[in-house]
Amino acid sequence: MTNDQIKHAVLQIIAVIAPDEDLSHVKSDVALRDQLELDSMDFLDIVMELRKRYGVEVPEGDYGQLASLDSCVIYLAPKLKDK
Amino acid sequence: MAQTHYDVIIIGAGMSGMAAGIRLAYFDKSVCVLERHYAAGGLNSFYALDGHQFDVGLHAMTNYVRPGTRGAPLTKIFRQLRLTPEDFGLAPQHHSEVRFPGKTLRFNNDFRCFVQDVVDNFPAQADHFVRLVKHIQEYDELDLEAPPRSGRAVVSSFLSDPLLTDMIFCPLMIYGNAQERDMEFGQFVVMFKSIFCEGLGRPREGVRRIITALRRKLREVGGTVRMKCGVQALNAEGTRITSVTLDTGEILTANTILSSAGYVETMRLCGTDHATLAPMEGRLSFVEIISILDQPMKHLGHDATIIFYNTGKEFHYETPKNLVDARSGVICCPDNFLFDKPLPESMIRLTCLANFDGWNALDEPAYLRAKTEWLPKIQQEVLHFIPDFRHHVVYTDFFTPRTIQKWTGHLNGAVYGAPEKLKTGKTPIENLFICGTDQGFLGIVGAMLSGISMANLHVLKRAHAR
Ligand SMILES: Cc1cc2nc3c(=O)[nH]c(=O)nc-3n(C[C@H](O)[C@H](O)[C@H](O)COP(=O)(O)OP(=O)(O)OC[C@H]3O[C@@H](n4cnc5c(N)ncnc54)[C@H](O)[C@@H]3O)c2cc1C
Repeated sequence: MTNDQIKHAVLQIIAVIAPDEDLSHVKSDVALRDQLELDSMDFLDIVMELRKRYGVEVPEGDYGQLASLDSCVIYLAPKLKDK
Repeated sequence: MAQTHYDVIIIGAGMSGMAAGIRLAYFDKSVCVLERHYAAGGLNSFYALDGHQFDVGLHAMTNYVRPGTRGAPLTKIFRQLRLTPEDFGLAPQHHSEVRFPGKTLRFNNDFRCFVQDVVDNFPAQADHFVRLVKHIQEYDELDLEAPPRSGRAVVSSFLSDPLLTDMIFCPLMIYGNAQERDMEFGQFVVMFKSIFCEGLGRPREGVRRIITALRRKLREVGGTVRMKCGVQALNAEGTRITSVTLDTGEILTANTILSSAGYVETMRLCGTDHATLAPMEGRLSFVEIISILDQPMKHLGHDATIIFYNTGKEFHYETPKNLVDARSGVICCPDNFLFDKPLPESMIRLTCLANFDGWNALDEPAYLRAKTEWLPKIQQEVLHFIPDFRHHVVYTDFFTPRTIQKWTGHLNGAVYGAPEKLKTGKTPIENLFICGTDQGFLGIVGAMLSGISMANLHVLKRAHAR
């Protein structure tokens, strides 16, 4: 996956988890939590969806790496490079 | 051959069991929900009698918020179960009342109206009440490790008028308290937020709409539900359940078991002796009278959705000495929600505290006679608060704590289960967890949240940690 594809994949996951959120203006360099109403249940779901869809494992200690779209790209790029 | 091993077996296709099943199946666990009854829904199922449709429980769903309200429990449920507000189709209440001798408090789905009403009715308590509300709003009721505290003690440390204290406790206890007389403070906060701060709603189709949505989703995500499939025993070796025996004698196995049958009920399935468990049993139960009317109550000039009433000097929330305690209770008019079209049949529901042992001891003729005696007594009591509707009744069903035990398996027909809750869901057995009523989130919304959180905590997060 390219970096843009990764961002797109994460946004698609958020759209499924939180269909009531407007995702059209999400900034890549700002924490998702500061722009959207996402709680810890929702973050668990982002991780679970990544595993369900792409077989990617994110251990609990690494949840912080998914804070913003940019940090998602940095963290997920190596895991998704062949997907 | 039918599958005999699952990642997770869930006991009970009530609200909590189905919600847990959806979460787990959605994330690719193999899940089997086992239900003894032929209908789903448990304490909030539905039935038909002589062509009339009844809901077992549903007066109102608590936690009503407008679709899309951020951070609210109902929004969490939609997100977690991948459902939409249209799936439940909730219409808001008109307004409800708490009526005590000489005082009435009104509330609707706008919390500010309730605060204003308390201030107007109890001006001397205004500041105290506002401070109590602040304390409630800042309290983290979802902290599963918080030590239990007496709700009455905490609330009385803010309010100095016992009448106001009783009037606030009355609806919250009747709609969600398993303890006699007092109420754990965290539970008080849960119920205060869900009834007063958020509000009440109902699908026009009643609880069927909710159950249909949950069953459809569970099927879509690949969960198995087996009706008329009671669990007779959970077979333990050391501290693990190794297999599950059904009423039919069939044996299934699973890595994890989630049970919504109640804590005592579940531990009995494991063979724990009755004497050890007896002190933990829940006792609070109700009678419910559902009457079909030839016209809606608002045609008789009554537009309140729900009235929580008390006729005595003090409010007593405890097992009555007689079969029924009609001094307090609930009057619910399902027609008085703001539906887009009228209900197919108008009705009124009356609920009062009742004594399980009393009803259970009666032989069949005496049981029927007791119902015939109590029906007019309860009606007489509620006529203090609503117009006389008795000439408009076309059909009545009356059920008792005995009926509730028979159809849901909850001992003593205890609607809210055991007084001590297991917030973490953990049992002495390492792969057996409790969800629903005895985990401690009560009501329809509470039960769904309980199923979701226990599935997350004990299965999805763990699988992940490995
Ligand atoms: C009269 C009444 C009025 C109510 N009014 C309201 C209301 O207006 N609003 C509201 O929000 N809530 C209301 N409630 C409460 C609400 O219905 C419950 O809190 C909620 O449904 C509990 O769900 P649960 O999943 O925890 O348990 P349950 O619904 O009890 O589910 C447990 C299930 O397990 C099954 N089971 C038990 N033992 C076994 C076994 N050994 N094998 C297989 N299956 C088994 C039972 O048959 C049952 O289906 C009311 C309840 C009653 C009884």
